[in-house]
Amino acid sequence: MIKFDNIKKTFRRTEVLKGLNLDINKGDRIALVGSNGAGKTTMIRCLLGEYTYEGQVLVNGKCPRTERELVLKDIGFVPQLPPPLKMLVGQLIEFSASLCDADPKEMISVLERLGLSFDELKARPFVKLSGGQKQKLLISIALGRNAKILILDEPAANLDPEARHIFFQLLAEKKDDVVMLISSHRLDEVAALVNRVIEMDQGIVILDDCVEDSVELDSVLQSEIKIKRADEAFAKAIKAWNFESDGGMLWHGQVAGPDRLRFLGVLSRYAAILQDIHMEEQKND
Amino acid sequence: MKHLWLTAWADIIESLRAKWFIVYSCVFGGIVVLLFVFGITESRIMGFTGLTRLLITYIQLTIAILPVFILITTVRSVAGDREAGVFEYLLSLPISLSAWFWGRFLGRFVVVFLPVFLAMVGAVIWTSIKGADIPWGLFASYTGLLLAVAWCFLGIGMLISSMARSADVAQGLAFMIWLTFLLFLDLILLGIMIREGLPSETAVVLSLINPLQVFRTAAMVLFDPQLVILGPSAYVILDRFTETGYIIWAIAYPVLLGTISAFTGYYLFKKGDLP
Repeated sequence: MIKFDNIKKTFRRTEVLKGLNLDINKGDRIALVGSNGAGKTTMIRCLLGEYTYEGQVLVNGKCPRTERELVLKDIGFVPQLPPPLKMLVGQLIEFSASLCDADPKEMISVLERLGLSFDELKARPFVKLSGGQKQKLLISIALGRNAKILILDEPAANLDPEARHIFFQLLAEKKDDVVMLISSHRLDEVAALVNRVIEMDQGIVILDDCVEDSVELDSVLQSEIKIKRADEAFAKAIKAWNFESDGGMLWHGQVAGPDRLRFLGVLSRYAAILQDIHMEEQKND
Repeated sequence: MKHLWLTAWADIIESLRAKWFIVYSCVFGGIVVLLFVFGITESRIMGFTGLTRLLITYIQLTIAILPVFILITTVRSVAGDREAGVFEYLLSLPISLSAWFWGRFLGRFVVVFLPVFLAMVGAVIWTSIKGADIPWGLFASYTGLLLAVAWCFLGIGMLISSMARSADVAQGLAFMIWLTFLLFLDLILLGIMIREGLPSETAVVLSLINPLQVFRTAAMVLFDPQLVILGPSAYVILDRFTETGYIIWAIAYPVLLGTISAFTGYYLFKKGDLP
């Protein structure tokens, strides 16, 4: 479906992509990981036809540079940093939907599922929204159209746990029909979303492996955490995951299945006061 | 075509919410208001009073500030958008590069031309309310000149934005180009003529290819058809062009220069990295 054939990209004298070769097939959900400067963003921009390069990138046999419209019609993109657009939220959705020949109602529906009210936001400039709101809106635009390829650059970085769970559900609904390319600095952030991991370093692929994970994208883990003594810092951290407690010793809440590694990562910081952890998977209705 | 108009409309919406546009509109609207407040319409210069006098003063002030305003705001916002990630996101949507570039050009043209034009329209409306005569011929000629100069410097601004990779470099380049045009109005031109014994034909050619000078001379032609204030060089202009011919040149040449610059900018934009 997507083919990178010996892609080289140089900025002045710095070679950022050094002969990148990669085949991405239908059904692939890829975690694109690597440190800063590894070439992830450059690779994505080549795929979007935004950069010139040596070699050949083909999307369904078409070049994104010369056949932009045909290629980009099938690609939904969420950037890492939201652009500082001054247009109103309603105008941005109308503008994007018109360009993509999509139904703006679909985008609004995704936005509302992510917990935002379109009626409240439509008259506000995009640039004035909070980081999380901007991220949700860009996700809505990408998922609310019939994209066959989703390119998501740190998509859940600014989302609260509840929105992350819904976001994972939305991806789960599309997982059999679309190719996903999810860029992240850390694998544990996106491990549960993907079935393939590609690690880049200094412009080349250094790891291309499968990811086996039994947890469904839309699953929920009913969780109970018992601690040895009440702790203010722990309480603050666990409340951010929407957990509740009566006396500060026993905490109850839900964790989205794909988020469990990230959640356990948070708990690991409080290992000294943890007494018991119980997490049980429940299929989400 | 639909995408071109969508992009133009989006650019207009973005610009109307930008601080530079508020300042830009206030400057040109403010000039007209100040000219009324200070009683320019009641003063007399070379026999001109009323709206004619106001338009003459307005166009002289416009020569000084319109080109640099258009250049700086265009390159700052276009190159700034590229730096801030606006290009990265919007160009990931399925839009052709021609629709994107020319849509932005047209949207920006509306935004830079309208405040200048509406300030003149405001002056006309106010004057007609006061019951004075409206010099429609002069109004039409000035509108044509403003249109041409706005198109010209917008084209140059888009070219600079395509060439420079950062807003700071773009702004520096824009300022240098404006300064070069400005210095070649009189200062450098006269200096070179005196020092190097430059043939008068070369000086005339330099004046004819400098859009600022063309705009300035055309504005003079409109209120001083014999170009008395230009001295002997008036003979060259009037003998070669005639009054009408020069006005046509003053409109056609900047439009052509702006179009060539914009097309060159489009070519560079299309061939290079977009964000």
